[in-house]
Amino acid sequence: MAERSFAREVQDLKLSAGEVFRGEGILAVTKALLQSGVGYVAGYQGAPISHLMDVLADAQGILGDLGVHFESSASEAAAASTLAASVMYPIRGAVTWKSTAGTNVACDALSNLASGGVMGGAVIVIGEDYGEGSSIMQERTHAFAMKSQIWLVDPRPNLESIVSLTEQSFELSEASNTPVMLEVRIRACHVHGSFIAKDNRKPAFTLGEALDNPVRDTGRIVLPPASFMHEQEKIAQRLPAAIRFIRERGLNETMPGDISEIGIILQGGMYNGVMRALKLLGLADVWGSTRVPLHVLNVTYPLVDEDLVAFCVGKQAILVVEEGQPEFIEQALNTVLRRADVQTRIHGKGALPMAGEYTALVLIDGIRKFIADAFPALLAEMTPAPDPRPLLASETVKALAPVVPPRPPSFCTGCPERPIFSAMALVQQELGLHHVAGDIGCHLFAINPPFNIGATTMGYGLGASSASAFQGRREGGKRSISVMGDGGFWHNGLLNGVGNAVFNKHDGLLVVVDNHYSAATGGQDILSSRADNDTRSTQHPIEDAVRGVGAKWVRRIDHTYSVGKLRDMLRDALTTREAGPKIIIASSECMLNRQRRERPLFNAAVKRGVRMVKPRFGVDEDICTGDHACIRLSGCPSLSVKDSGDPLKEDPVAAIDNSCVGCGNCGEVSEAAVLCPSFYRADIVHNPTGWDRFVAGVRGAVIGWLQRRRDGGRLALA
Amino acid sequence: MGEVAGVDRPITIAIMAMGGQGGGVLADWIVAMAEHGGWVAQTTSVPGVAQRTGATIYYVELIRPEQRNSRPVLSLMPVPGDVDVVIASELMEAGRAIQRGLVSPDKTTLIASSHRSYAVTEKAKPGDGRADSAAVLGTAGAAAQRFVHADMQAMAERSGSVISSALFGALAGSGALPFARGDFEETIRASGLGVEASLRAFGSGFDTVQAPNRPEPEVAAVAARVTGGSAREQAELTRALRRVDSEFPAEAREMLVAGLRRMVDYQDVALAHEYLDRVGALVRIDAALAVEAARQVAVALSYDDVIRVADLKTRGSRFARVRSEVLARADQVVDTTEFMHPRVAEICATMPAGLGRAIEGSPMMTGLLKRLFERGRRVRTTHLRGFLQLYVVAGLKPWRRRLLRHEREMAHVQGWLDLVARTAPQDARLAVELLKCRRLVKGYSDTHARGQSKFDRVIGAAALVAGRADAADWIRRLREAALADEDGKMLDGALRTVASL
Repeated sequence: MAERSFAREVQDLKLSAGEVFRGEGILAVTKALLQSGVGYVAGYQGAPISHLMDVLADAQGILGDLGVHFESSASEAAAASTLAASVMYPIRGAVTWKSTAGTNVACDALSNLASGGVMGGAVIVIGEDYGEGSSIMQERTHAFAMKSQIWLVDPRPNLESIVSLTEQSFELSEASNTPVMLEVRIRACHVHGSFIAKDNRKPAFTLGEALDNPVRDTGRIVLPPASFMHEQEKIAQRLPAAIRFIRERGLNETMPGDISEIGIILQGGMYNGVMRALKLLGLADVWGSTRVPLHVLNVTYPLVDEDLVAFCVGKQAILVVEEGQPEFIEQALNTVLRRADVQTRIHGKGALPMAGEYTALVLIDGIRKFIADAFPALLAEMTPAPDPRPLLASETVKALAPVVPPRPPSFCTGCPERPIFSAMALVQQELGLHHVAGDIGCHLFAINPPFNIGATTMGYGLGASSASAFQGRREGGKRSISVMGDGGFWHNGLLNGVGNAVFNKHDGLLVVVDNHYSAATGGQDILSSRADNDTRSTQHPIEDAVRGVGAKWVRRIDHTYSVGKLRDMLRDALTTREAGPKIIIASSECMLNRQRRERPLFNAAVKRGVRMVKPRFGVDEDICTGDHACIRLSGCPSLSVKDSGDPLKEDPVAAIDNSCVGCGNCGEVSEAAVLCPSFYRADIVHNPTGWDRFVAGVRGAVIGWLQRRRDGGRLALA
Repeated sequence: MGEVAGVDRPITIAIMAMGGQGGGVLADWIVAMAEHGGWVAQTTSVPGVAQRTGATIYYVELIRPEQRNSRPVLSLMPVPGDVDVVIASELMEAGRAIQRGLVSPDKTTLIASSHRSYAVTEKAKPGDGRADSAAVLGTAGAAAQRFVHADMQAMAERSGSVISSALFGALAGSGALPFARGDFEETIRASGLGVEASLRAFGSGFDTVQAPNRPEPEVAAVAARVTGGSAREQAELTRALRRVDSEFPAEAREMLVAGLRRMVDYQDVALAHEYLDRVGALVRIDAALAVEAARQVAVALSYDDVIRVADLKTRGSRFARVRSEVLARADQVVDTTEFMHPRVAEICATMPAGLGRAIEGSPMMTGLLKRLFERGRRVRTTHLRGFLQLYVVAGLKPWRRRLLRHEREMAHVQGWLDLVARTAPQDARLAVELLKCRRLVKGYSDTHARGQSKFDRVIGAAALVAGRADAADWIRRLREAALADEDGKMLDGALRTVASL
C-alpha cells in the first residue's frame, strides 16, 4: 500500500559489476548491502531511511533469488533484536531506522547485542535525523555508540564513499566481533549521485544452514558471569581489533595541504561542507585539493589515538569540526594529546557553535575565526567569502519579516484527520478546553493553526501513556484526551497505551487515528492495513486488539468525515459515567495515498467512457461574508480566500480551488458548526448515461423556466 | 576572481517549493538534462515532514567534469550569498529565499511564480490577513541581480499541466543555464509523463521570460445601465442615479452606484431611495463621511438573511457560475447540494414581527419548532424538490419589510447611524471610524451573533473616547483588534486599555 511503486528503483538494485548506479544516497546503501552478501535485512520506516525499506519491500524477486530475508519490523526494538542471528552464525545482517528516535526504542536489544558481541557482520544503518528537515528532537547517535561500544561509521557524503564504507562496515564488524552503526545524515540520504556497481552476492552462510545446524555458547549470553567477561573482552580484544582494522584499511583519510602549521579534524559527514567553506575562503578548490591539511574521520568511534597524534604533531593548532553536542570527539582528542604530551592547541566548539546544524555559513565563520585565532598570517592569502548578512540587515529585507508568513507542515487536502480535529474543536467549544496529549504522526500537525490542539508529544505510540498522570477519576471533572495513530498503536501503543490504561483503570479518552496503513512514513502496511498484501498478514482490526487487552468502552467510526457524528461520540466519551478508558477508533484512508492510487484509475475509467461521478466543493462568493470561520475549523489547502470583487465587501471571501478532492469535510463542518450556507457540493457526472441526460434535461427545463420567470422581472443595475 | 561558473566552481540552483508542488520533479529534470549533457550533477533535498504542504527546498549543483582525474566535491546545501539561480514556486517562498540570504544582488537570477497560496495564518483571520505581495515584489527587485516573475500557476493550469513545467520553461527562457531550449524540451520528453501538456506549460514559461512582466491593461469604467423591472421601477432607478450625481460629492459616486446595485438586487428601488436618503443625511453633516457611508450603509441595509441566501442560490446566473467554477464541460451533468441548517431563531426571524416575537416567547413552541426543523439539511438545488423549497423562500422578498428580522436590523442600524450623526459635527474622523465598524458584523447564526457583539462593544467604547483628539485612532485600533482573532481576546485587551485611559 506504499505511496508509489519503486519498480524503477528496484531495477537499480539489479545492476551488475561495472554498470553506473545513479540515484539517491539511501538507495546506494541498499545496493551496497546486497553487494556485501547480506543474509537478512530488517528495520522500521521513517525519514530519511524509508526508501531503503520501501524499495526492498518491492524487491521480493531479487531478495528471493539471493536468499535474503527481509522484514518490516514492528518497531526498532524488533529490528535490533533481529541482529541476534549474527551472534552465533557467520551471517551478515543489516537493520535500519531513523535516529535518535529509533535508537532510543532499540536500546534494550542493542545493549545486549553489543555485550555478547557478534560473529557475522552486523550493521545498523542509522538515518541521522538532525538539522534542517528533521522531525525529531536534536540529539546525537554518537552517545549511544559510545555507551554500548558499537562502532560508528560516518562516511564522506558521496555515493562512492558511502557504498565503500557500507561494505567495509561488515568486515569491521566481523574483524572486531562488534556491531557497527553506519550513520547517514538527511541530506546524504537524499543526495543524488553515482557510483560504479558491483555484482550482488549471495550470503556465504545461509539462514537455512543456521537453522539446520544450531549452535549455542553460554559465553555469548548476557547473564553473569559472562556479562562481566563481555566488558573486559570489549576493551581487551574487540577495541584493539577494530583499531587494527581501521588503520590497515585506511578507513580514515588524511588530505595533505601546504599549510603545515594548522589542520582540521572532521567527521566524514562534514567533509563536503568543510571543503566548500575552504574553497570560498580561497583555501581549496572544487576538485578536492586543499591548502589546509585535513584528517577525515570516516569512523568517528572508536578514535585511533596514534593517527590523531601523528596528524597533530608539529602543528600549532587544529580545528575539530564535530556537529552536535556534547563535543565527544573534541573531549577525547584533548585527552589523547595530553596523554601523548603533544602541545598542539585544539580549537573546536568556540570557533564553531556548540549546538545546531553546521550549515555553510556556520562553517565559513568558524574556519575563519579559527584561522584568525590560530594562524592569523594566513588571513592575507584568503579571499572574502560571500556574506549575505549586510543585505539581510538592510531595511528592505528586514521589512519582509512581518510579511512572509510561516508555512509549517499541515494536513493535506482532504486529509481524514482534519475532521477529527474539527470535531474536537467543536466539542471543546461546548465543554471547554481539555488537556490533549499528542503522539508522533501527521496528527501532531493539529498543534499548529488553525486547530491549536495538543499539549505534549512523548514518543511513538506513547500518546495514551503520556496522559497517565491525569487519570484519577473525578465526578463531573474534565477528562484528558490522548491521540495516537495506527502506526504508533502497533509500534508501542497497544501495550504501553491501551494495556496500561486498562490495567491502571484510566478514565480518559484515547482517539486512535486509523488511516489504513502507516501513512506518515510513506504508506507502509501494518497489522491493521485494510489491503491484501502477498507477503504480509494484514486486516487485523485495532478494535479486536483493544478489546483483547480488556478495553470495554470502544467506539469505531469508519468515516471520519462525519464531523457531527464524531463530535457526538467525543462528547459521549468525555461525559459518560462509565469507568475505564474510553477508546474511539476513527478510520478513513489517508487521502494522499488514496488519491495517488485512485486518481489514475478514475481518469482511465473516464477515458474508457464509463459513467463516473466526481464530487467537489465550492463556495458561493456572494453568500460568503468573509468571516473565515470555516477556515478556522479546517485549514484545508484547497480552501483559501480570494478578493470578493465587490467594493462593498472589504474582506476576502472563501474560495475552493480545483485541488479539492470532495472529501466532504467543508459541508460537514458548516453543518455541524452551523456556520453558513455558502458551501455547496457539486457532483460532476462524467460520461452521463442517456437517462442521466434526460432527467437533467427535464429538471433543467422546469428550473430554467422558473428562473427566467423571476429573473426577467428583476430590476438591476448592470 | 576570474572563476568560470560550471568549470572552476559549480553552477548552484536552489528551488523553493511547497510540498506537493513538484519541486523534486523540477530538480530531477535539471539533473537529468545536465547528466545527459555530460555534466556532473548533484541534487539534495530535506523533504522530511515538509512534504505535507510545508515549505521545502531542493538544491542542485552542476559542473563540467573537464579533463581532471578527480571527482568534484559538491556541497549538499546552498551557501547563502553564493547561489546563481533561485526558483520560487510561490511568491512568499521567493520572500523566504531572500530572508535566507539565498538571493544576492551581484549574482542571483530569481525566477518566481507571482501567484499566492495563502498560509493558514493569513486565511484564518476574521478580517483580511493576506500578506502584502507588493512588499515581496519590491524587495525581490532590489535583492536579485535579475528578477523574473509571472503567474506560472495560471500558465500551468491553462496548459493542463503542473507548475514545475512552467518554471522549467522560465528557467530555460532566463538563459541562466548553459543549455539550449531543445535540451530542456528533450528532458521533458524523456520523462515520458504528460509530455504534451508539460511542453505547452514549458512554452508559456519560456515566453514569459522573453517578454517579462507586462503590466495588465487598465479596464475602462463603464457607465451604469438600468435593466429589467417595470417602466415605473426603471424610471425610479434612473432618478436614483441622477440623485447620485446631483446630491453627492464626486469621490463617493462609484461606491454609491455599487450601493444602488446592491439595494435593487437585494430588495427594490424603494430601498435604493431609502439608502440615498440615509447616506445623504450623513453627507449633509459632513461631506468627509460620504465614501464610507456609501459603503457601510449599503452593507447594513442588505443584511444576510435566509431570503437573500435562497434568492442567490436559485438564480440562473448562479447555476452557470457553479458549472464554470467546477470546470464542468457542456456534456457533463452537475448535481448541486446545499448545506443548510435552519434554526428556530432564523425561522422566527422570517415570520411577521408580531408572530415571530410571540413564538420566541413560548418555550413550548420553540421546543416544537426545534424538534421539527433544527437539523442539518442537504438541499439539492438541481432537483425540483430542493429547488422549489428555496425558490419559495426567495419568493418571500416582497414581504421582507414586515418580518421580525427586518424590524430588529433596522432598529440596530438606526441606533448606529444616530450615533454617527451625533458624533460627526464634533469629530468627523471618529464618525468615519464608527461607520467602518459595520465590517465587524458578518456571517450567519453564531458567527453573526459574535460579530454583532464585537460591533456593539467597539461602538460602545465611542462614549469612552469621545472628546479625545485621538478618539478616531482608538476606535480604529479596537476594530483591528476585533478582526485579529475569533474569540475576541485581542479586543478584550484593547478595551481594557481604553477603559484605563
